[in-house]
Amino acid sequence: MAQTQTLDSVLEGDGDLPAISLDAVSKVFGHAGDATHALDRVSLEVAKGEFVCLIGASGCGKSTLLNLVADLDQPTSGTVTVRGKRTSLMFQESALFPWQTVRGNIDLALRLDNVPKSELKGRVRELLEMVHLEEFGDKRPHELSGGMRQRTALARALAQQADVLLMDEPFGALDAMTRDLLHDELEALWTRTGLTVLFVTHNVREAVRLGNRVVLLTSRPGRIAEEYPVDSGRPRRIDSSQVAELAASITDRLREEVRRHGDSPS
Amino acid sequence: MATVQAELAGLDALELAVPRRRSRRSRIWAATWPKLGAVTIALLLWQLVVWSGWKEEFVLPGPVTVFKELFENLGDYISAAAVTLQRAVIGFFVAVAIGTVIGAVVVRSRILRSAVGSMVTGLMTMPSIAWFPAAIVLFGFGEIAILFVIVIGAAPSVANGFIAGVDNTPPILMRAARMLGARGWTNFRHVVLPAALPTYVGGLKQGWAFAWRSLLAGELLVQIAGKASLGRDLDTGRQLPDFPAMYATMVVIFVIGVLVDSLVFGKMERTIRRRYGLIDAAAAD
Repeated sequence: MAQTQTLDSVLEGDGDLPAISLDAVSKVFGHAGDATHALDRVSLEVAKGEFVCLIGASGCGKSTLLNLVADLDQPTSGTVTVRGKRTSLMFQESALFPWQTVRGNIDLALRLDNVPKSELKGRVRELLEMVHLEEFGDKRPHELSGGMRQRTALARALAQQADVLLMDEPFGALDAMTRDLLHDELEALWTRTGLTVLFVTHNVREAVRLGNRVVLLTSRPGRIAEEYPVDSGRPRRIDSSQVAELAASITDRLREEVRRHGDSPS
Repeated sequence: MATVQAELAGLDALELAVPRRRSRRSRIWAATWPKLGAVTIALLLWQLVVWSGWKEEFVLPGPVTVFKELFENLGDYISAAAVTLQRAVIGFFVAVAIGTVIGAVVVRSRILRSAVGSMVTGLMTMPSIAWFPAAIVLFGFGEIAILFVIVIGAAPSVANGFIAGVDNTPPILMRAARMLGARGWTNFRHVVLPAALPTYVGGLKQGWAFAWRSLLAGELLVQIAGKASLGRDLDTGRQLPDFPAMYATMVVIFVIGVLVDSLVFGKMERTIRRRYGLIDAAAAD
């Protein structure tokens, strides 16, 4: 039956097991007559240290899937297993606490993780440096640009030393230039830390720019349509021809999927 | 990677708009002159009504007579206002304590919220003066009766502000808090309470207005011998009759209301709203 488990990776010998495993996961919203199948028997594995991008049109259940992995929701059937010390989730909105400064937001995350008082200051500084916001620690979220807010949210997500990072269209609301820079930033961070990242987006180029693998979901019900390994080396550029080429073929496939819904309105 | 860092820093610098801070003096002036203008117009209208001869000057004296009365006996008005304000402040703080406790208890359970929540709203619509007969029967003519009515007038607003604030915590913040591992009391203290603060302060402000109204009604009804208060002055002015004194008392009541509202609660609200980014910093000036 439905269950979500978080196993501690400190156990020796599970080094080869995937960080995230979904096994025939279904999620149904509503009841009998007007039930919506957000996810239909989705099976997916994300290896430790892998960067996987989930892509799909509206209603493909991408966010639902993230919520299940984040343990914010339970699957109707199937199992979700996360093997990691800690999972953190970033949203499209920064979801920073508006009454706290940048520093206060990160500090609170650390305190909620029971980081000893004596280490707080140093850790906050480290995290601010990691996202290049050293100078803006005393600003409040509303005083920052969207990109800076998302960098703060990233620092907060990393504060708890998560090894699995779930990202739900984190750069969806940013302008193109800021987004490109944050891609570089995230890529560098991922290369450095060996995080496992599951990244949801509706931007095909973004998915190809970032992922080791791009997973295309169908809409209503959400099923895995296709998986695309991305072979080009890093650091990548979003405007490189390799990225563009693969993105074009994924887009074609995605449009085909969207057309299917236009032909047979259900 | 140095380029990315430099580019990010460049964007940061460009995106943070340079705040156009006006000088403190010009801000105060900008906030004050419309109010002064409104007061001048109101006084002018009052004077016009007097000049029109609608009522005898004895019944409706002009602003000059009233303000002369006010300044000649300023000491009396101040001591009466002190008595009234003291009652208001004590009653208000008791109401805040009770309202907050009720809010905090009710908000933790959905059943209590639907049961007590609507009753709290119902209490708010009940005119406080309707409580006085019962208060007098229960507590006699005295301070306790007045206090009772202030508290019952103000506490529901405070409780309601608290409950509404908690109810309106943005769901995305609750999800973020959950991901960060905030549960139970920790979540309540670090996330729910601060998220509720702006609405709670709105409730305090409304609670004060209710307390002030209830109190003045109470002072008209429950007059305690040997203790001059604004409410009692109003009634004495009418009965003597000393109409300039009556109007002067009204002016004092109005001025206190305006001052407390803008200097205490208005300031508190603005500070919080600005800090939370609920108002544009430029518009807040």
